[in-house]
Amino acid sequence: MAASLYAADPPETLRTVELEGLTLLYHRPSGLTHFLAPPAPQILEALAAGPATAAEIAARMGEAFEIESEDPAAAIAARLSELEAAGLVWRT
Amino acid sequence: MRHILRLQVGPVSFRIGSQWRGPVEQLRRLYAGYPEPEGLCDFTVRLEAERFWRRWLRPSVAIRGDYVLPDAAPLPLAQGLLAAEMGMNLQMALGQKRFLLLHAASVEKGGRALLMTGHSGAGKSTLGALLGERGWRFMGDEFALLDLDDGRLHPFPRAVSLKNESLGLFDGMDPARLGPVLTGTPKGTIRHLRPNPEAVARMTEPARPVLILFPRFGRDLEPAIREVGAAEAFMRLTQASTNYVALGERGFDALTRFVGALPSRAIDYADTGQAEALVDELWRAA
Repeated sequence: MAASLYAADPPETLRTVELEGLTLLYHRPSGLTHFLAPPAPQILEALAAGPATAAEIAARMGEAFEIESEDPAAAIAARLSELEAAGLVWRT
Repeated sequence: MRHILRLQVGPVSFRIGSQWRGPVEQLRRLYAGYPEPEGLCDFTVRLEAERFWRRWLRPSVAIRGDYVLPDAAPLPLAQGLLAAEMGMNLQMALGQKRFLLLHAASVEKGGRALLMTGHSGAGKSTLGALLGERGWRFMGDEFALLDLDDGRLHPFPRAVSLKNESLGLFDGMDPARLGPVLTGTPKGTIRHLRPNPEAVARMTEPARPVLILFPRFGRDLEPAIREVGAAEAFMRLTQASTNYVALGERGFDALTRFVGALPSRAIDYADTGQAEALVDELWRAA
C-alpha cells in the first residue's frame, strides 16, 4: 500500500505565536485556535513546501529538528493523525 | 416601551425599556449620577411580559433586546432590576465587537490596571468592589474590555452584583448606593452596589494592564500564590471571554499580546483580608 500523502493550508493562512515552548496557532480558514507542541508546528512548516508522506516530512525536517525516536517517520505519522483530526492537515 | 432609561457605562451606551415602571425606577436610582448617552445607543434591552396578560397577572419579565437567548427563563417582576442587569450583560456578551470581552473584574491605581478573573464564586466581584473602596479605582466587576488595538483596559463600571455571603461585607455602605435586596433569584440573594463617584467620574479613562490574577476562594484554602504560565493564562482567558471566537484573528492577536506581555498569578484565599494582603504583595512586585 502506498504511503499516505499529506497536505496543509499554506503558511499565509496561519497566525502563529510562541508561548513558553508551545505554539498558539490561529487557523484562518476555520477561525479556530490550536495549541501545538513540538513537533507539530515543525510538521506544518515542512508541509509548506508541498504535500508529502510521513517519511518525506521526516527528511524535510532533517537536521533542523531532531526527533527523539528510533522511527521518526512513525512518530511523525502519529502526530499527522492528530493534526488531521484537528483539521490542520488532510490526505490527498 | 412605556418606561425608558438611557445609560452610559464606560464606552458603551444602553437604552433600557420596560413595560413596567418599577424596574426602570430602580435602575434610575441605582445608576444616579451616570451620564446620559449622546445620540443612538449601542444596545437596547427590553423588559416585556412573557405573554400579554402576564403584564398584570403574576407579572413575569422576559429579557428581550437586540440579542436574545431563546431559552432564557423569565423572572418575576420583583426581580425586574436583575432582569435589566442580565439584559445588559446579554447584549454585551452576544453583541460587543469593539473590544475583547473578558469576564473579569478590574481595578486601577496610578494608571495601571489589575485584572481578576475566575469561575463564578471565585470572588472577583467582591474583591473588585472591596478594592474599589480601599484606594483603588473600580473599573468593573463583570466585564473587562480589552482594546483590540492598543491593549488597554476600558472601564465598564456597572453596578456591582453582590451575592449571598458577600452582602454582609458592605453593610456600612451609604444606603443610597445600594439597590433592593433580591431574594430567591437564580443566583441566590443579590444586592447591587453603585460604584463610588470616582469610578463613575472616570468611566471613560482606560488604563494599561500590568497584572492578571486568577483568584480562588475557599473557606479551607491556605493563602497561596502560584505563577501561571502565559499559555495557561491564554487558555483560561479564552474560556473567560464571551466574544473571543466571534472576533476571530483580532481576538487572537489581542489576547496573545496581552498574556505575552503581562505576568499572571493565581491566588488562593479563605477570607477577603488574606486576598487583600496577597494582592498588595503582588502589586508591589508588579
